[in-house]
Amino acid sequence: MSASMQELASAKYQYGFTTDILMEEFPRGLSEDIVRLISAKKSEPAWMLEWRLKAYRLWLRMEEPDWAHISHPPIDYNDLYYYAAPAREQPKSLDDVDPELLRTYEKLGIPLNERAALAGVAVDAVFDSVSVATTFRETLSKSGVIFCPLSEAVREYPELVRKYLGSVVPMHDNYFAALNSAVFSDGSFVYIPKGVRCPMELSTYFRINARNTGQFERTLIIADDEASVSYLEGCTAPMRDENQLHAAVVELVALDSAKIKYSTVQNWYPGDADGRGGIYNFVTKRGACRGRDSKISWTQVETGSAITWKYPSCVLLGEGSVGEFYSVALTNNHQQADTGTKMIHIGRNTTSTIISKGISAGKSDNTYRGLVKILASASGARNFTQCDSLLIGNECGAHTVPYIESRNASAKVEHEATTSKIAEDQLFYCRSRGLSQEDAVGLIVNGFCKDVLKELPMEFAVEAQKLLSVSLEGSVG
Amino acid sequence: MAIPGWKRHDMTALPLKKLEAWRYTDLTPLAEINFSEAGLGVAPAALPDLGLPRAVFINGRYSHASTLPMPEFSPVHETGDLPLAQINAESAQAGLTIDVPDGVDAGAILLVSHASGEAPFAVHLRHRIHLGRGASLTIIDIAKGDGLYWHNPVMDIRLEAGAKLAHYRLQDESRAAFGLATIRAHIEAGAAYEHFSAIIGARLSRTEIHATLMGEEAAAHLNAVQLLNREQHGDFTTVVAHRAPCCASRQTVKSVLSGLARGVFQGRIEVDRIAQKTDGYQMSQALLLSEHAEMDIKPELKIYADDVKCSHGATIGALDEDQVFYLRSRGIPEAQARALLIRAFLDDALSAVRHVQARALFEAAIDTWWVSQ
Repeated sequence: MSASMQELASAKYQYGFTTDILMEEFPRGLSEDIVRLISAKKSEPAWMLEWRLKAYRLWLRMEEPDWAHISHPPIDYNDLYYYAAPAREQPKSLDDVDPELLRTYEKLGIPLNERAALAGVAVDAVFDSVSVATTFRETLSKSGVIFCPLSEAVREYPELVRKYLGSVVPMHDNYFAALNSAVFSDGSFVYIPKGVRCPMELSTYFRINARNTGQFERTLIIADDEASVSYLEGCTAPMRDENQLHAAVVELVALDSAKIKYSTVQNWYPGDADGRGGIYNFVTKRGACRGRDSKISWTQVETGSAITWKYPSCVLLGEGSVGEFYSVALTNNHQQADTGTKMIHIGRNTTSTIISKGISAGKSDNTYRGLVKILASASGARNFTQCDSLLIGNECGAHTVPYIESRNASAKVEHEATTSKIAEDQLFYCRSRGLSQEDAVGLIVNGFCKDVLKELPMEFAVEAQKLLSVSLEGSVG
Repeated sequence: MAIPGWKRHDMTALPLKKLEAWRYTDLTPLAEINFSEAGLGVAPAALPDLGLPRAVFINGRYSHASTLPMPEFSPVHETGDLPLAQINAESAQAGLTIDVPDGVDAGAILLVSHASGEAPFAVHLRHRIHLGRGASLTIIDIAKGDGLYWHNPVMDIRLEAGAKLAHYRLQDESRAAFGLATIRAHIEAGAAYEHFSAIIGARLSRTEIHATLMGEEAAAHLNAVQLLNREQHGDFTTVVAHRAPCCASRQTVKSVLSGLARGVFQGRIEVDRIAQKTDGYQMSQALLLSEHAEMDIKPELKIYADDVKCSHGATIGALDEDQVFYLRSRGIPEAQARALLIRAFLDDALSAVRHVQARALFEAAIDTWWVSQ
């Protein structure tokens, strides 16, 4: 590797800085007392505390799953901080927010300041364990849209939260979902009322800052009959030598003819070139298409994290409902990704589309794991799946593990998968037109991912393209 | 007559559903049966006879109906980690042992395993096939029977450089039986293992093939058709390991399911770091002919080399009614139209069988199955 490329490779994670502000942290470790403390800190009603404790007791009896194609030293759950928050009082408005925090988000390119905000994007920013600011709330509330931190929703809209929280991802769903149910500290809550098309795109920005802290946010989005919303999620963390745990849960509910589009650009710190540090990202994301003709669409660009364990899924209950999953997962250096989706067809005439593009470089391992399940009740169901993998260099691994189960003869399921490398003639073509090796690879990779990138909202698509090129730096040549 | 060395099966050694490799096939019904030792059994009047040299095993013993000399049987030293092969190793007392010397074309032979009896019994045959450098052989392997039994054969194949083995297997076990076959093929440079299975019989069956490509330009073709009805459960599982550069593997698996039948295909292609220029292809397609049939497919790629071309495809669906309509509009009766379309569907897998007698055998078996629908 040339000196300049080494420079590039080491400079590539531009979000690795830390923010020094006074933090309030609970003692290390996990116990019922910590769960009670978190709940008390949030001034939660008794039912919420009961719910957390039930999840905690359940979690104690569960075992960490081991089926994914990943390996890591055991996680010591008692060595983590489960709550960390900027020490100032909960801000009433943006003016109350610690200016150091605002500067942090500015550095990250997140438009927290409404005047400077990108037109039409409302942001909820989550810093370690708490939501620090939510913008455009007034504009949104005019159309009846609720967009606020989940901790606030528990107090302000308990009937909605009680009805839907845990209804898509029950606390016993898996080890990390149970842990999250016990200790989740904040996240976003969105409710789009009947017939409302959310007037702007909603966005959450997650930032892990504190050392040794696990982040356990929980997002709940409900689109009532004929409502629609587009939601964006971005994540970064400082560069640290230790591994940090992120175990989030996202639940989406789409009622009759409702549409939810959920886009993620996941850029948690991936660790350094030797695999030191980085985020362990164990996330449960699931959407339920409960109403007729409802639609849930997941788009993700996964470039960060030392380990990604994530399967955004759709449960297609409503007749004619639609599930989509568009994914780009790029791993480099020592990153490990085991990601994919589940499409569970229950209702009649339900359709799903899965497009997954995996790129492995360096010494990384990249696995697509997906399930398409057609139940006997899903007459006329339809699925199309395409998984393509690209290998860059011969020290990485690309794996495809699809599960396809059909119990209905009138359903049609199609799956195709390919694995290949970047064709020499494509590279040669680009080089002969004066592109550097790295630019040529970046161009070809972006082309390989086009089917997914075009599903992203515009601002995200631009960011994602840049991110792909940056993440590949140091992997070719 | 008791078989010497017989011991009761340790059913706790059976693989459980919670093992990833067994997630779609549940052996609980097998574990609940108390298998006794096999009786002598009687050779049926009409044993398959294609005019070829044949080895016949009746209830796990070498039969005088064989025309090949009785092979020597040496004790089994099982080194693998497959639970069914372990169980086989503890009980196997017989099996076909063939060693084809370098450069010899041994032509085609017939291997017949037949089982019948009153009380439930188990048969564990251990076949060993070795082909020297440049040797070639065709095995037509037929498993049949009556009544409730457990057939658990293991076939270990070793192909030296440039050897060619064609292995055509008709699994037509008793509809009350359990048929669990394990086939392991070790394939050296330039050698080729060509496999075709027609899976028609047994109440519950699994055909598990492990093909390991050890030398450059080795090839493995693993094709199958599964025809299942009523409450049959059929599982075709393959693992193709590319452990050397420039090897090729091809798989086409077609399943036709009716009644309450459940079909399973699991196919894994592994490509080691060293196995550059691998060419791996796999296609699995299933037709569900009835409301309650079920198909589960798990194609899997595990790839550690970058300069490879690997792909797999899978489809599950019903017979295309437009195609039926097209044929009917040209004066072909409905039943015949459907039969024609199913034959066409199976043809991709069947066309790999180039041996004339084997091909005729499979076509007859498919026709018999279709008529019985």
